[in-house]
Amino acid sequence: MTALKAKHQRLVLVVLALIALVGAGLLAAYALRNQASYFYLPEQMLENPPEVGQAVRLGGMVELGSLQTAADGVTLTFAVTGKDDARVPVRFSGIAPDLFVEGSGVVAEGRLGPDGTFVADNLLAKHDENYVPRELQEMDEHQAAKMAEETTVGLE
Amino acid sequence: MIAELGLAALWLAAALAALQMVAGFMAVRDDGSSELVRLIRPAAIAQGVLVTFSFAMLVWLFAITDLSVKLVVSNSHSMKPLIFKLSGTWGNHEGSMLLWVMVMGLAGALIAAVERRLPERTMNATLAAQGVVSLGFYAFLLLSSNPFERLPTPAPEGMGLNPLLQDIGLAFHPPTLYLGYVGLSVAFSFAVGALLTRQVTPNFARAMRPWVLGAWVMLTVGITAGSYWAYYELGWGGWWFWDPVENASLMPWLAATALLHSASVLASRDALRTWTIMLGVVAFSMSMVGTFLVRSGILTSVHAFAVDPERGSFILVLLGIFIGGALLLFALRASTISEGQRFALASREGALVFNNVMLSAILAIVLLGTLYPLLTEAFDVRVSVGPPYFNPVGAIFTVPMLAVMAVGPLLRWRRDRADRIGREVALFAALVLAALILFSLLAEMAILPLLGLALGIGLAVASLLPLRGRKLSRTPLATWGMVTAHFGIAVALIGMASESAFTEERLAAVAEGGSTTVGPWTIELQGVEPVAGPNWTAIQGRLAASYDGGEVKMLTPQSRNFWAPPQQTTESALVTRWNGQLYAVVGDRAPDGRWQLRLWWKPLVPLIWYGGLLVALGGVLALIGRVISDIRHRRLAARIAQRRADREAMA
Repeated sequence: MTALKAKHQRLVLVVLALIALVGAGLLAAYALRNQASYFYLPEQMLENPPEVGQAVRLGGMVELGSLQTAADGVTLTFAVTGKDDARVPVRFSGIAPDLFVEGSGVVAEGRLGPDGTFVADNLLAKHDENYVPRELQEMDEHQAAKMAEETTVGLE
Repeated sequence: MIAELGLAALWLAAALAALQMVAGFMAVRDDGSSELVRLIRPAAIAQGVLVTFSFAMLVWLFAITDLSVKLVVSNSHSMKPLIFKLSGTWGNHEGSMLLWVMVMGLAGALIAAVERRLPERTMNATLAAQGVVSLGFYAFLLLSSNPFERLPTPAPEGMGLNPLLQDIGLAFHPPTLYLGYVGLSVAFSFAVGALLTRQVTPNFARAMRPWVLGAWVMLTVGITAGSYWAYYELGWGGWWFWDPVENASLMPWLAATALLHSASVLASRDALRTWTIMLGVVAFSMSMVGTFLVRSGILTSVHAFAVDPERGSFILVLLGIFIGGALLLFALRASTISEGQRFALASREGALVFNNVMLSAILAIVLLGTLYPLLTEAFDVRVSVGPPYFNPVGAIFTVPMLAVMAVGPLLRWRRDRADRIGREVALFAALVLAALILFSLLAEMAILPLLGLALGIGLAVASLLPLRGRKLSRTPLATWGMVTAHFGIAVALIGMASESAFTEERLAAVAEGGSTTVGPWTIELQGVEPVAGPNWTAIQGRLAASYDGGEVKMLTPQSRNFWAPPQQTTESALVTRWNGQLYAVVGDRAPDGRWQLRLWWKPLVPLIWYGGLLVALGGVLALIGRVISDIRHRRLAARIAQRRADREAMA
């Protein structure tokens, strides 16, 4: 920068910093559109499935009677249900969260496999009353009524 | 009675903050001619004492589990071990905000008590600004989050503390992080004071630098401690999740790191005046944005204690006033700050400017990624942003920054020739290239860990070069600090890269008596038994692990059931060797009676936290060096003044 008129130094610095910051902002905006992981309900996933292999999240209720442990003892399969009998099968290898049971809400992080099974890397379930994944909070309210209806069917 | 004393002290402290603010601004306007000016420093000191007293009262209430106080009832339990009763004081929204204002009050008291380098008028403006910020947070605490609220009738028992927080980590992580967060408020006040009185001088940077250093050290320690805590407590085997709350602590750290470097340019070379002021404003703004994200309840996390929209909007308004006000002042006054000393591109200033711009770019990327989900939610689209965004996009700016960081300290101030340090640059480049080639041939690695390892190795060597050719015993402490901190970054980088490149994971269902392997380890599940603690019961796995058939180490991971509040947590078990860590978690029982085990072998992972601590140690060394030389200067100045007075008396 020695060749540069010293007078302009401050201006040049400001312009360079601005270019870097605007560049960072544009880059971030571009990357966010591609890399953000979208949240799907089961009916949305059936209607308009994400690309195979793209990282997304799936939230819904664990279907009653669908939870099975595979022969290796660590792979779980179950189905997540949503509105209008939408149903997405899920496979998960790992240690499930403590409050993960049939009939409760779950958010699965992972990707849709080519066979239509959702392969989860991670499961988020309700931890306690104070720590509920955000998507589950509303789902609980939504589905509480429906759940109550379903679970009391056989009792009368 | 104790609760009322605490509350009264808090109100009094708020009143003193108001006095400090009014008196400070009046003194700035009429140039210190009013009587009030003498009250400013005592008001700041008394405020610090009162708010500390108030906090002590809250700790006392938690220690004796006073069940007539609402906060104690909803967050504590008489059966909890004493250490968690005490640390539980800040394991909730109100208590942690009281801790926040206490740190702020103490920081204000400290600058009022010891800072004498700046012109009195600038000091008054600084303390007035500190008063404004404190007053805002007092108002928040007193009006919407009163920690001392009583219940109409005392409860029979408390509801307990979130078990994830019942850990020794809670005793260290929040206080250190808050010391850092809020310590930056001092830099903010200094910047506002300097702008108000048009005193953006090297002296201002020298006065501000130790405060920034101190806050930065605390932030570094707090983030490192929080990362390690999350690593062993959550049982997921990860040490950084790009969770919004983690980003909330990373953003002030990035800004403070940039501020630290630009303040040192201003202090030694009288350049980068406007930029330093801007960073002073940005750094504390990031602290407040972090507080807003964490405390407003718009995010779900273990840090968001209570979802309360009213509190969220309160903090948002405070945020708007403080940041907006400071930026407005900046816009009005920036043009009156005259340009500082010039410098050539190839100079230490040039390298530091580059580092600053890169840090700001990374800050922008983290900020945008953190706010993006909130933005899309306004359009009813739910997204989450994680490592696939932060890692590669952040790396685009981190890699050049690290490269310049390796050679920048070798440059001279003001003007230098790049070819003078040609040999050192070549050494660094050769090391990085060699490591790149070696690792890409030896192991199959993703590009980012590969770059991280290679840069880490090059940087570890290059960071020591500034010591070459110096007499080590006469090297200033501040230089030692820089070298240590830069070396720490290299160490942490090697740990991070190694963790993500070489971690091996094993997930298996193992019968009692059966065994499995992970990496070089063989692990036998000797048994699973129930155990009980003071406020929990647990299933505990007894694992015998041996490294390469060597000595057997025992691990006892647990799955704990707390009963107040009822919650399960996973307690991981660790074996640390010089070359890495074995991490074990026990899970559910499979239907056929086998137990789920999740095991990780993480080579060199402890380097991440050792590196973080080295960075903090570097900060401490620099801080000590600066304070010692400041004391020496003051003594010298006093002696010169003394001698001059003597001479005048003689004449």
